[in-house]
Amino acid sequence: MGTPAAIRVWSRELTFTRRIWKSLTMAAFFQPLLYLLGVGVGVGALVDAGPDAGEILGGTSYFAFYATALFATTAMFTSAQESLWPTLDGFQWTEGYFAMVTTPLTPDDVLAGITINHAFRTAISASGLAAVLLFFDDTRSIGLIPAVAGAVVTGLAFALPITGWTARCTTDRSFPTILRFGIIPMFLFGGAFYPVEQLPGWLQPLAWITPLWHGVELCRGAVLGGLEAADLAVHLAVLALFVGGGWVWARRGFHRRLAQ
Amino acid sequence: MHSCVTLAPVSEAVVTAKSLVKRFGDFTAVDRIDFDIAPGEAFGFLGPNGAGKTSTMRMVGCVSPVTEGELRIFGGDPDRDGREIRRRMGVVPQLDRLDNELTVLENLVIYGRYFDIDRTEGRRRARELLEFVQLTDRADSRVDPLSGGQKRRISIARSLINEPDMLLLDEPTTGLDPQARHVLWDKLYQLKEGGATLVVTTHFMDEAEQLCDRLVVMDGGRIVAEGSPAALIAEHATREVLEVRFGQRRNEAHAELVDRLGERVEILPDRILVYAHDGEAALVELHRRGAVPESALVRRASLEDVFLHLTGRTLVD
Repeated sequence: MGTPAAIRVWSRELTFTRRIWKSLTMAAFFQPLLYLLGVGVGVGALVDAGPDAGEILGGTSYFAFYATALFATTAMFTSAQESLWPTLDGFQWTEGYFAMVTTPLTPDDVLAGITINHAFRTAISASGLAAVLLFFDDTRSIGLIPAVAGAVVTGLAFALPITGWTARCTTDRSFPTILRFGIIPMFLFGGAFYPVEQLPGWLQPLAWITPLWHGVELCRGAVLGGLEAADLAVHLAVLALFVGGGWVWARRGFHRRLAQ
Repeated sequence: MHSCVTLAPVSEAVVTAKSLVKRFGDFTAVDRIDFDIAPGEAFGFLGPNGAGKTSTMRMVGCVSPVTEGELRIFGGDPDRDGREIRRRMGVVPQLDRLDNELTVLENLVIYGRYFDIDRTEGRRRARELLEFVQLTDRADSRVDPLSGGQKRRISIARSLINEPDMLLLDEPTTGLDPQARHVLWDKLYQLKEGGATLVVTTHFMDEAEQLCDRLVVMDGGRIVAEGSPAALIAEHATREVLEVRFGQRRNEAHAELVDRLGERVEILPDRILVYAHDGEAALVELHRRGAVPESALVRRASLEDVFLHLTGRTLVD
């Protein structure tokens, strides 16, 4: 009977989203457009003129190479942001999560509800990107649909571990550090702008253990093809590990914080 | 999910606690306390900060697991039937925990969703409740700019959205100005008259005296006394109290002068309390002994005096 508990939690988050849906939709559409024009087209003109460009990029244009990575990087940024300040607010400032657990809802329900919200928010931004990419010949593909799904999985691989961290925070002092030394380096070195094989050999393994690189490869492969079944399985497995591990860790944090 | 659980009707004790313990690591916040709360009763936990009131309240609210002992609420076990028990309770937290960005009405409707009350029904109940707390004209304004008293009234309205059988209020008037406190007390009194079971924690004596049919005095995680406010005063204090001040640090020096002035004398750093059935008579006697206090006042004994007597300390630290 009735609505599942996690959906009832999500309905609160949706009420917030509804208040800003216009700016959210605009951002989902225009932000990738800016990146695409600035980097994809601008830098792309330079890169594609290089002698080995085709070989290094696996036979695609730089625009297509970069544009498809945006699924994963946008998912990462959206999820990281949402799992930091808005989540801390539920624990620390307005204490909305504490209000929830005095009702029939449990800490598990709260975590599940905000996880659904993360997936939803990532789906919105990834759909915006997919809509933009429909306009370009290099990226117009049925693969944009699985790429949105890939973005959602990538987003959760960030959202859950970071939510677990936030559940253990009483202030936001560590948040800028997470963005500066965790998220931004991944953005730069996670294979979004160039294949990680371009990095010095000793740096490459670092890229392989980041969830971002697996997300980038997954989404890029979905749109541009050329992804081996074995690679696909590895990417999904690593992302699943971050999602699953993040869930377990976040769940423990929620119980400790909300039901001590 | 828990539909197979049948909870007791509200005619028996709503809450029963036996040897209830709450520990956080090495720290014992609640130390083997016993109490019962009857349906329709306004029950209070009175004590200073750190006495264990809020920990007790969180266990009763089924959000904090019991460390040891037995706790039954509506006949159910908080561990097993937490969801079902919470479905029948309303909670007014110390901090309002309202969504400040949203409107007053949205706050209530969303809270209703937590109980699986659909939006249409939620809006209907919310409008009724806002009328009850006299905030109908604020239904569509954001919560953020409202006053502390208004926010607390929204919290109360919100806690009633599921038509609870019992209302838990943690320090309901802390931080409110006197006028807002009286408005709030009036609302709680109306609820009580309507048959609601109220459980209140407070460190305000006047609040406990105003609201509670019965209360327990807590100190250091234990219950040090139990009874109605009047009975506690009768048992642990006298009818009247004479308060005299000789100035900071000079009270001690007057110990001899006040000796045996009343049934009991408390010498505090800032004043001397003389417990007497006739405070005026005690004051006359004090003057006869030649004392010239800076100030003297006769008042009725309150729970403050009870607490002082029981613990040797004042309540507000």
